[in-house]
Amino acid sequence: MQLHNISINNLKRRKAKMAFLTIGLTVGIATIVTLVTLTRSMSSDIERKMDEFGANILITPQSNGLAMNYGGISLGGVTFDQREILESDLAKIKTIKNNKNVSAVSPKVLGGITVNNHDVLLVGVHFESELKMKQWWKVFGSEPKEDHDLLLGTDAAKVLNVSPGDKLTIKGESFSVAGVLDQTGSQDDSLVFASLSKAQKMLGKEGKITLAEVAALCSGCPIGDMVTQIAEKIPDAKVSAIQQVVEGRLKALDQFKRFSYAMAGVVVFIGSLIVFVTMMGSVNERTTEIGVFRAIGFRKSHIMRIILFEAALVSLLAGFLGYAFGLGGAKLALPFMAESKNAHLILDTTVAFGSIGLALTLGLLASLYPALHASKMDPTEALRAL
Amino acid sequence: MALIEIKNVKKLYTSGEDTVEALRGVDISIEAGEFITIMGQSGSGKSTLLSVLGGMNHPTTGEVEMAGVKLYQLPGEKLADFRAQNLGFVFQSFHLIPYLTALENVMLPLAIVKMKSSEKIDAAKCALERVGLGGKLDRLPNQLSGGEQERVAIARAIVNNPHILLADEPTGNLDSKTSEEVMALFRELNDAGQTVVMVTHNPENGAYSDRTISLRDGMVLEQA
Repeated sequence: MQLHNISINNLKRRKAKMAFLTIGLTVGIATIVTLVTLTRSMSSDIERKMDEFGANILITPQSNGLAMNYGGISLGGVTFDQREILESDLAKIKTIKNNKNVSAVSPKVLGGITVNNHDVLLVGVHFESELKMKQWWKVFGSEPKEDHDLLLGTDAAKVLNVSPGDKLTIKGESFSVAGVLDQTGSQDDSLVFASLSKAQKMLGKEGKITLAEVAALCSGCPIGDMVTQIAEKIPDAKVSAIQQVVEGRLKALDQFKRFSYAMAGVVVFIGSLIVFVTMMGSVNERTTEIGVFRAIGFRKSHIMRIILFEAALVSLLAGFLGYAFGLGGAKLALPFMAESKNAHLILDTTVAFGSIGLALTLGLLASLYPALHASKMDPTEALRAL
Repeated sequence: MALIEIKNVKKLYTSGEDTVEALRGVDISIEAGEFITIMGQSGSGKSTLLSVLGGMNHPTTGEVEMAGVKLYQLPGEKLADFRAQNLGFVFQSFHLIPYLTALENVMLPLAIVKMKSSEKIDAAKCALERVGLGGKLDRLPNQLSGGEQERVAIARAIVNNPHILLADEPTGNLDSKTSEEVMALFRELNDAGQTVVMVTHNPENGAYSDRTISLRDGMVLEQA
């Protein structure tokens, strides 16, 4: 017979009460695990989605010019000492420290050309990386694959009066309109996209590019660091983070996290109350028993150990169950909450140990006062008989 | 020197503006091996005296000395330790722990003693055999009769070989036949050298003891 035998036997006897306590605490822990796991999984999903949806780093040539456009209306600009970026320099992006975070690099060459007596802006792109980066593009017809394929913005197609499958002659060379973009509401609507190599050749800019867009998966890296790393590798280029994208993403995630943590806080509070009320009730029910313990010579610390050991056992059980049920809940809820269908659950040992640790801390802290109350019971008062 | 010396013990209970004098200067001396019954009507102070004697109720004034130790001068939890090592309690309503078997209930005082588990079991079995319950070790309290529960309570009180066995109305909840058996058991323990101090309101129980101390209104009326 040890003190812990008393605790274990008491738990066995008060099955209903202890089951209630365990369920209460389990629900609390499970809710927290579900919220935290969902938050993490959804954050990861949102981050991945947002990374896929567009570039967040822009590489442009160094210049001393000032852009003169506002709200999509360009008034031209004063640009001098314009340098150009060599296409071969872009390979250096793959050598930066955070190269694993680079999802896609999309180089572009821009230049004005005349097609069917209309001045249009020709954009040379790597179609594969461009389509990967701009997943919101909806292409009527087919995606361009060949060197002589073109992709037209919806306005450009209207002005040039072409549709998918039609032919266009540019600078004496015949091209096929593979696809036409659905209205995007952006500058893309009025552009003519050709393969990078063809566009470079037509614009007389072989081996050179006008700008490059980089999509960085930044769940584990500060975007500022990547900007610095790229700038070091390509000193002739101006590398800038598209702050709007970065900050917008961070703000959205931050708000979601704060909501989850606030919810978790409320659940922790309610869980603590359940433990406190149940343990206090249990102590009060056991007044006589505690009186007997004190009368036969148990120290206050012995009484506290009995109560706290019970709380620890129940809390540990609730921690394990809460983690298991919480993960189950997150798994069930994720498909309804996440943006993409293939969002996966993030399993983290920190959450596993954290939930068990939280349950234990919560159980012990909420039982501390009941245990102190029990240990301070006057044996004479407690027994009332003596 | 006497095993227990109670010197001019007074105990006042205050409730609001009311003050009740439960003990009004009690002097008692008890020798080792004695069997004492403390008798008196309800409110005479006998239960208060037993709790003071058991180290659970600080007297307002006076001293309690037991085996050369001034009980209420012991610091902090030393008094609890003293109870664990020197005193055995038998309560009126038995106060067995309902979720522990007879054997476990008897082992309870040993839960805080550093001993091998097998030694604790042996000691508890031995105590249960002394009270005639060697065959009901695994019964829960609700599976035992009133008399058997009382015997388990006595076994629990003697398992740590206390200097003094304190009993509060041990036959209060028993029928007359069982009461006689329990009193005979106390007598038997006393014959084996156990000092027993028992509070009772039943005059018949006095016949089993060596000396009866009568209390009235918190004072010793007579010792016989």
